[in-house]
Order: sequence, then C-alpha cells, then structure tokens
Amino acid sequence: MSEIFGVPIQALMGQLMLGLVNGCFYAMLSLGLAVIFGMLNIVNFAHGALYMVGAFFAWMLLNYAGVNYWFALLLAPIGVAAIGIVIEKTMLRWLHQLDHLYGLLLTFGLALVLEGIFREFYGSSGLPYELPALFRGVFDLGFMMLPKYRAWVVVVSIVVCLFTWYVIEKTRLGAYLRAGTENPNMVKAFGINVPLMVTLTYAFGVGLAGLAGVMAAPIYQVSPLMGSNIIIVVFAVVVIGGMGSILGSILTGLALGLIEGLTKVFYAEISSTVVFIIMAIVLLVRPAGLFGREK
Amino acid sequence: MKKSSLLYGALLLALLVAPFVGYPMFLMKLLCFALFACAFNLLIGYTGLLSFGHAMFFGFAAYVSGHAAKVWGLTPELAILAGTLSATGIGIVTGWLAVRRQGIYFAMVTLALAQMIYFICVQAPFTYAEDGIQSIPRGSLFGLLDLHNDRVMYYVVLALFVGGFALIYRIIHSPFGQVLKSIRENEPRALSLGYNVDRYKLLAYVLSATLAGLAGATKAIAFGIATLTDVSWQMSGEVVLMTLLGGMGTILGPVLGAGIIVAMQNYLSGLGSWVTIIMGLTFVVCVLMFRRGIVGEIEHRLLKKL
Repeated sequence: MSEIFGVPIQALMGQLMLGLVNGCFYAMLSLGLAVIFGMLNIVNFAHGALYMVGAFFAWMLLNYAGVNYWFALLLAPIGVAAIGIVIEKTMLRWLHQLDHLYGLLLTFGLALVLEGIFREFYGSSGLPYELPALFRGVFDLGFMMLPKYRAWVVVVSIVVCLFTWYVIEKTRLGAYLRAGTENPNMVKAFGINVPLMVTLTYAFGVGLAGLAGVMAAPIYQVSPLMGSNIIIVVFAVVVIGGMGSILGSILTGLALGLIEGLTKVFYAEISSTVVFIIMAIVLLVRPAGLFGREK
Repeated sequence: MKKSSLLYGALLLALLVAPFVGYPMFLMKLLCFALFACAFNLLIGYTGLLSFGHAMFFGFAAYVSGHAAKVWGLTPELAILAGTLSATGIGIVTGWLAVRRQGIYFAMVTLALAQMIYFICVQAPFTYAEDGIQSIPRGSLFGLLDLHNDRVMYYVVLALFVGGFALIYRIIHSPFGQVLKSIRENEPRALSLGYNVDRYKLLAYVLSATLAGLAGATKAIAFGIATLTDVSWQMSGEVVLMTLLGGMGTILGPVLGAGIIVAMQNYLSGLGSWVTIIMGLTFVVCVLMFRRGIVGEIEHRLLKKL
C-alpha cells in the first residue's frame, strides 16, 4: 500500500500537509476577519496587507536589529496591533453610522497604501527569512516526512484558534463582546466601555493577522504581494463559511486548505480556482454559507 | 433640464475637437475608462450594489476581442461585439450567483469570482499568460474605414463612448431605472411592493457587465494589447476609485473621476509604487470626508443655494 489511486502515499501526504499549513493561515485570517466583522461590522480589506506587514516586521527585526524568531513572534503582532489601534481610532471610528461598504472601501485604500510603501522600499521580488535552527530538519513518521516547522505552524495556529474561540464563547470578556455585537447601547448602559472594546477587538483581529504573517515568513518569501494574494482566497473562505460563527470560520479555513492540497495531487489545473468553485457551489446550495445565520 | 442639455452639448463639442488639441492615444484611454466607470456606476450608484470584480468583464472582453481580431481575423466591429457579448455571458453566470447575497457579501463574492476569471486567464492558452495578446490589428471598420490613423480610431472610440453613455442615461431615466433606485433606497420596501428585486438586480448587473465589456473590448482594439493587468483585482479597485472620486450616483461623476485617475497615472508614471500609495490615500480621503465625490459635492452645493 504505497499508492492511492496511482498517487504515491509520500507525495499525497506531502501535499496534504502543505494544504493543511495553508489551511491554518486561512483559518487564522478568516477568524480575525470574523471577530472584526462581528464587533465593527467592517470587512477588513487591509487584513491581508497587515498579515504582510507582520511578516515584514519579523524580517526587519531579524535583519536590522538581530531579534530572533521567538521575540518576533511576540513583538511583530504587537506592532501590527498598534497600527490597528491607530487605524481604528483615527479612521474606522468615523464610519460607524455609515453603510458597511464604506468600511470596505476605506480598508481597501489602506491596503493599497501599505502594499505600495513596502513595494517602493523592498521591491516585489520577495525576501527570504531564515528558518530558526530548532526547526530545521524533519520528523520521520514512517509513511511520510514531516518538516518540523510545518508541524509547529499547524500546532500553534490550532492552539491560537481554539484559544480565541474559548475566550469569545466561554469567558465573561467574550460574553461582553458578544453582547456588544448584539446591542452596543444596552451594553454601554451597563457601564462597559464599548468604544475601548471595539478598538481592542480590531487590534486583536489584526494582531492575529500579524502573527500569521510572522509564522508565514519562513515558509513563503516575505513579499509585499503576499497579502493581496491570500486575502481574496480568505474572502472566498469567509463567504463559504459565513461570518456568523467563530468555530465555523476556523473549520472552513482548515478544510479548504486540505481540499486545495488534494486538488494539487489529483487535478492540479484547478488548484488555484478550486476555492472559488466551491464558493459558487455553496452559493447555489446554501446562499447564507455553511455556518451562516444571515436572514 | 435645458441647462443640463447645454452642458452635455458643450462636453460633446469639446470631445469632438479634443484630438486636435491633445494626444489621441491619451484621449482614447480616457474615454475607455470613462465608459468603464459609467458602467460600474450604473450598479453602485443606481442599484446600490458594490461589485469588486468589474475587471473580469473589462479584461476578459479585451482578451476575447483581441483574440477575435488577431487569430480569427474578424473586422474590428465584430471583434468588439464578440468581446462585449463574452462579458454579457460572464455577467449572466456570475450575476446569477452573486445576487444571492447582499451588501458586503456581494462585494466579496464578485471579488472572488473575478479572481477565478483571473486565474482562468493566467492558465488559458489563448491569453499568452504574462505576455498577454500583443499587436492586435486595428483593421478596417466594416472593411471600409482604415483605423490605423489615431484620429479616425479616436472618433470610433468616441462614438462607442457616446452610445454607451446615452444608453446608461436612458436606463437611469427609464421606469426600470426608477425601480433600481427604489431598490437602492429600500430593498425590503421594493420587494413588498411586488417587484422581483433579484431579477431587477440581475438585469442591472448584466447591463453593467456588458457595457464594461464594451469598454474593455474597445480598449483592446484601440491599443492593440490585452494583458493580465486588465483583469486583475487592482483594475477592479481602480474603477471603484474613479467612481467614488467623481461621485457615485451622479451621471458625469465617473467620467470626471476616470479623467483624473487616468491623467494622474499618465503624469506620475515615473514615480513607481507611489502611484499606488497616492491612489490608496485618495480612497481614504474620499471615504472619510468626501463621500459625495467631486460632482456630487458640486450638485449638493448648487442645490443648497437654490
């Protein structure tokens, strides 16, 4: 049994692993989008750009300041979250009363600005980020070789996703957040600082994108275009899963990564479009999305 | 009413003499993008649907008309027709999918579908991937009128622009256009009045797609090139910006917005990525303090005075 449908198990497992890693990034990004959308009613187009900024922060910390991966894992998301606080406080705050579309347009503009700045100073060819020494090499699982760093990415992102789910669904803080989503005025009347909560939610959401960026840096090239390449796929993931459910967006992200990996093995021609094809099918069968609660 | 027809007359006159004053190539580019933005405005400004994927019509139609003119050897009017109809086809299929979702989801669905068309264009053999279709022949209109002269080509582009613009004007001022506006203002109410909202939305979407396709097909013939840029998400963003800057829901706004953006790209092309940064900042400024756009702001001030 070293082949399945004529595909060697090693190759199949390798592609599935790649797909799972991609799925982890989809899950983290769509989770952040869902958290932000729940609280601010804004689809954050700048999410991909801030993911890219997270990766660049890690690269800059390493190459300009000699700060290693472990500290970057902490510092870069904080830096991205700080940018998020500035964005929310100076711009998004003024859009609360308006049509949701303006939030999308504003954050699209921000995405262009961020991408343009990094392209101007670092070019668009992509910079390598060296793998930390601890993660070089592979685990030999017998039926496949598992690169250590990929295993680390999968474990960390699943832990982060589940932690976020736990905080929002099971803790008192999460209860405030969910109540603020349902009826901000009522929550304000109970003496809770809703504007602060909104700011911190946005900061947390984009911080997640920054963290995903740091983790992506050693796998993909650190490039100004990495954000826009992934964000459109993540949008499709969000349409498939529906933004109503935290767990839903995590599961959809992981599942679509795996499906993408599988199509690379069995029918590579459609591997870049398979997510969009699934989106079209979901729109036909279940327009509100798999986990959606839209009217 | 009289004043506005005077304004349109003056504009038309200006466009008729323009190629004797300015560069025909630049003017043709401007007209193509102006038509593209007007088509987009039909959807966002008059139906309230934000499509973030209009490049798929513009770019794909450019490829089809380029292929028809170069490989099939069709005359330019047939090539443009083929491109335009291909955009109609894509519009029917994607619109049928997209109108199932509202508001913000509609924007994301159209963006994703456009990205799918983009990847199809990257892989399909007839688009020549990174190179694009190059040196598309302009040919002779109806086999009679040689288009290799830039001024002759310009007047053909102008005629197509005026035709498209007049059609949009007619749609907006028709009973159908009034229903579209009522959907923009209050969709549940339009629905409760018995209008089949989804069908109206789909028709508006397909019309908008067709006209965007006409713009793209014309551009491919006039400039002899169809590339991945025309079908990328950046192009979808550009047309949003043109319309937003000029004024969503105003008739002349998109034309002005397209003029400003095309001129800016032309004069700042030496600045590299700064063009992207400036465009992004324009988005931010427009959304934060200038949501009516230039023409919308002028109309608003004039109405206040009256």
